[in-house]
Amino acid sequence: MIQPQYFGSLEVYLFIALALFTLGLYGLISRPGLIAMLISVELILNAAGLNFMAFNRFLIADKTTGATFTLFIMGLAAAEAAIALSIAVAVYRYRHSIIADELSEMKD
Amino acid sequence: MDFSPELSLFVKLGDLAFIAVVAMTLGGALTAVLARQVIHAVLGLVLSLTGVAGLYAFLGNNFIAAMQILIYVGAVCISMVFAVMLSRPPAEEKRSSLREATKIALGLLVAFFTASAIGGALIKKHWTAASESISLGTTGEVGEALLTRNILAFELISLVLLVAIVGSVIIARRGRGSPASAGGEEL
Repeated sequence: MIQPQYFGSLEVYLFIALALFTLGLYGLISRPGLIAMLISVELILNAAGLNFMAFNRFLIADKTTGATFTLFIMGLAAAEAAIALSIAVAVYRYRHSIIADELSEMKD
Repeated sequence: MDFSPELSLFVKLGDLAFIAVVAMTLGGALTAVLARQVIHAVLGLVLSLTGVAGLYAFLGNNFIAAMQILIYVGAVCISMVFAVMLSRPPAEEKRSSLREATKIALGLLVAFFTASAIGGALIKKHWTAASESISLGTTGEVGEALLTRNILAFELISLVLLVAIVGSVIIARRGRGSPASAGGEEL
């Protein structure tokens, strides 16, 4: 088992989470497909969870708080992934394409 | 909080494990964002989420690490694979390359400014640690907190998951028998 006090620097975890968040933001803007955008959103949510766990580990006295937040982020991410993937499948059945730029009927 | 001398020798096995986990996380995230095929992006996401689970283990919470693998890798990524198989996304060939280049440049610009803003704030800020821990965040303590102090949020998230499951089934069934699927493209 890994010792709880092992790799001890808050900034290391924060910078890893920043890299995850930045990559997710870049993918969310630059990718055209719906599923690829959902993958980027998952990266952003993971960065948030990693931040919660890192702050909880190093700064907070009650260690259950961050774990609870991270569990709820996971639950919401699972719900969001289920909804978004079903929307992608439904859109594909209707349009035979899940390129986000081409889904513009509601703009007109 | 700061590195003790023997940690900086970079010979410990734990250091190598941490480096491997970080490389898994960032390399998987790079693959997830940059891969042309969507299924490769899903596999990169699996790698990255497993790396994040390893980081949770390094942060001293094995329960959250296990939940990360169970929920994200076991449920979310598998349902993504199903969605990829059901929707046959294109390989994102180079269509309208000017528009693609515009989006990539915009993404790089936004990502760079966000990273520099947050990174600059991170470098300047110094946090003060908690004086002492009143709990260790073990599985039993997390479960007790979920069923006593956070019982309302716990019940609400089960309601959210129920509504999401029912809603996703209804949304995914709606496309059946639509005009687009009349051309022998029954799934």
